[in-house]
Amino acid sequence: MWSWVGHRITGVVIFFFLLVHVLDTSLVRVSPEAYTAVIGAYKNPLMALGETGLVAAIIFHAFNGLRVIAVDFWKKGAKYQRQMLWVVLALWLVTFAGFAIRHLSLALGGH
Amino acid sequence: MTAIQSPRSGKIAPQYKRSGGSKGNFEMLAWLFMRLSGVVLVVLIFGHLFVNLLVGEGIHAIDFGFVAGKWADPFWQFWDLAMLWLAMLHGTNGVRTIINDYAEKDATRFWLKVVLYAASAVIVILGTLVIFTFNPCPVVDGVQLPGGFCPAP
Ligand code: HEM
Repeated sequence: MWSWVGHRITGVVIFFFLLVHVLDTSLVRVSPEAYTAVIGAYKNPLMALGETGLVAAIIFHAFNGLRVIAVDFWKKGAKYQRQMLWVVLALWLVTFAGFAIRHLSLALGGH
Repeated sequence: MTAIQSPRSGKIAPQYKRSGGSKGNFEMLAWLFMRLSGVVLVVLIFGHLFVNLLVGEGIHAIDFGFVAGKWADPFWQFWDLAMLWLAMLHGTNGVRTIINDYAEKDATRFWLKVVLYAASAVIVILGTLVIFTFNPCPVVDGVQLPGGFCPAP
């Protein structure tokens, strides 16, 4: 139940980010300066936290989505759905920790 | 004894059919698409995040030249195109489900979906045009921008 709520919320959040992300990337078609200016907005500490949160949402949605797929298509999927939720959370933690350490040290570590 | 047909056998009298009939199996195909696109998106999105944020200098390396370098290569053009289309169709269909679940008034549901489809169409068309009409080697004020992938002026 909560995994479903989480899946729904992360799905919507990612969707709205994607709309904005296609728009900001489209600025490469306008001019190099326009793109570099807007992408500069992503490169501050507050945005770094935002990006990290967004990636946390994506990683959860991705692994939990694979779990939903396994429940639907794997014969024993429904039986092991609870165990698979723990696997999702463990994979989420490991993948997210790896991403966060690398991304935050790059983004916040002075340059 | 009268035989009672199983409700999903398709052999029941039309007035007892549960699906509108005309809709065909659209919902089943949408359901299947969510799962197939999901599997592909895991690869596309994880690859996208890894290459753009975790390799080399990460986010500091991203500027016009970075994007130009990627889209000078058909491999990344195709990667990003597939990711754009699959993620937008997957996300749009997901939000459609959510609207159907929570918007109870017919008119609200209808207009929310009109806005959703319009926004999605604009983004998919814009994104596709940008990937394919983009010039990675623009000439600004008569000067060619540097880029190892550009032909010598
Ligand atoms: C990373 C790979 C992804 C996987 C494995 C994945 C998997 C799934 C699955 C299996 C569903 C359930 C569909 C159903 O219950 O019928 C779903 C729903 C959804 N997904 Fe994804 N997805 C991924 C990426 C995305 C992206 C990039 C977006 C946004 C653009 C997104 C937005 C949504 C939304 C809004 C829903 C509907 C949630 C609901 O109905 O409760 N997903 N996803």
